[in-house]
Amino acid sequence: MIEARELTRYFDVSKPWLQRTLAGEPRRILRAVDGITFDIPKGTTLSLVGESGCGKSTVARLVVGLYPPTAGQVRFEGKDLAAARAQPEMRRRMQMIFQDPYASLNPRWRVHDIVAEPIRAFNLVPDPAQQRERVAELLRQVGLSPLDGGKYPHEFSGGQRQRISIARALSSNPEFLVCDEPTSALDVSVQAQILNLMKQLQRDLGLTFLFISHNLAVVRQVSDRIGVMYLGRIVELAESESLFTRPRHPYTRALMEAIPDLEMTGRSRTPVGGEVPSPISPPSGCAFHPRCPLANDRCRAEAPAMLDGVACHAVQEGRD
Amino acid sequence: MLLEVKDLRVEFPTRRGVLTALNGVSFSIAPGEVLGVVGESGAGKSMTGAAIIGLLEPPGRIAGGEIRLEGRRIDNLPLAEMRKIRGKRIGAIFQDPLTTLNPLYTVGRQLVETMQAHLPLSDAEARQRAIGWLEQVGIPAAAQRIDAYPHQFSGGMRQRVVIALALCAEPQLVVADEPTTALDVSIQAQIIALLKRLAREQRTAIMLVTHDMGVIAETADRVAVMYAGRIIEIGPVRDVVRHAQHPYTAGLMASIPPLDRKVERLAQIDGSMPRLNAIPPGCPFSPRCPHVFERCRVARPELMPAGATDAACWLHDQPGASA
Repeated sequence: MIEARELTRYFDVSKPWLQRTLAGEPRRILRAVDGITFDIPKGTTLSLVGESGCGKSTVARLVVGLYPPTAGQVRFEGKDLAAARAQPEMRRRMQMIFQDPYASLNPRWRVHDIVAEPIRAFNLVPDPAQQRERVAELLRQVGLSPLDGGKYPHEFSGGQRQRISIARALSSNPEFLVCDEPTSALDVSVQAQILNLMKQLQRDLGLTFLFISHNLAVVRQVSDRIGVMYLGRIVELAESESLFTRPRHPYTRALMEAIPDLEMTGRSRTPVGGEVPSPISPPSGCAFHPRCPLANDRCRAEAPAMLDGVACHAVQEGRD
Repeated sequence: MLLEVKDLRVEFPTRRGVLTALNGVSFSIAPGEVLGVVGESGAGKSMTGAAIIGLLEPPGRIAGGEIRLEGRRIDNLPLAEMRKIRGKRIGAIFQDPLTTLNPLYTVGRQLVETMQAHLPLSDAEARQRAIGWLEQVGIPAAAQRIDAYPHQFSGGMRQRVVIALALCAEPQLVVADEPTTALDVSIQAQIIALLKRLAREQRTAIMLVTHDMGVIAETADRVAVMYAGRIIEIGPVRDVVRHAQHPYTAGLMASIPPLDRKVERLAQIDGSMPRLNAIPPGCPFSPRCPHVFERCRVARPELMPAGATDAACWLHDQPGASA
């Protein structure tokens, strides 16, 4: 349903022209997303995981068309997204849920109007009485009461607000939802409620998800396939279960090692040394080589291509 | 015991009456011990930390109970006295490193000033120690980076500077409020290793406030679970994680997504924590509790022995019963 091909997005973070020219500095380009390729079949969930600054949220925004790509393409049912977004009907079919349920709802609007906004924008239910009925149904669907429609967002807790965001996203009957860290701002018991709700809705409505998260345990619960991102590239892309049972890329393994786990009571884990380098001046060759225990001269010189779900010289040469 | 908190009560006077944010909170921490404090947002865990370091946001105030550091009461000290204790005896680490550091001073100057405020050190000695602390918290090339400004450090580095700042006057107690929440897992692991080392080698007592049970499981010796302004269960970390005695703790543990397997449906606790102005009579968890019975709705349970932990739950007041 969704195909991303060599998707690339650079941001120009140079100083203003005059300052730059006087100081004799070159342009500075931040490579947020650097040539990534994936497919999301209908009715399935692809998750992208990675540490902050790896470009996963930029991918989410590229896929719904909030940013135009610098190069590459996103295709929605075979049609180029840039062209498809010109038609309201195509925009209706994809919606996004954001991380922060405090910032993404208009505090001056009643919940009813927030949820009805996409219905009005796409003129899906012109009759006001039927529109009320539709909003009430959506609120019930996400576990709120139809009476909540008359309240303002500040009267709700974080988890309830995220339910309102989901109701709003569902109101245009989308087929594809992009969820950018939908539970990161929530407490763990509330997170369980929202994850269960999202899985339920996927079963009931046949939704396709692109799920962005930094939390591997959450990702395992919701995904069919997972892409691990590092510095703007996907370093490993695999079926969810095989990624967890047989992680192949050294970065994926390091990430899993680093997660604190309830079972590990009292044991210490192995920290990944170093930090994520700056995407403005990424390391030569494979971007992970300064932190990689398997790095050799080839890794320092030559960026590995994605082969059979993993972009790593060591794995491809059998050195792992 | 290094720190003893007894029956702590914190109130917020508002236009619509007084809100009780903390109610009857009691616990203690021994030297070299890491006490984890967990709970959902609004449960009162950060407020407990703020009350101990004497930095409650007005109009919040301590309305009852006492806080003792090495047997001496510190909850009723004049501001100037408390300021001497803060930094020297109690170090504080907050979640957001940018608000703790002064952007106009180099990190070295901030470290030197803090140390000289509390310890009799010459400029040269203080600078030498500052470099030592930066190395301790894992900042590479500390001798060069000491003259850098906070904005020249990455997020993870800045949090390490904040930790160095909290530790440099060698406090006996460190109150760490979500010290790793803003950090990526790889950096988080480094910070946790550092805190554990301090507790082990320097006998520093650590109160670690976080909502991340994974971090607690790995770092803490004992854990206190808070709900609606009270401690509802406290005990050794292993027992609280694996054999929770309070139904809320059990629900909280079950709702954590497991990393080692996929489950069809996560256990969830329906509903949400009550607001401070609407705490139900009896047990505050009773409206959401799967094991609720008549007594829970009318009488408020205090902490009582339950298995290997202490839990505030009437299920444990009957002979032979367990949650």
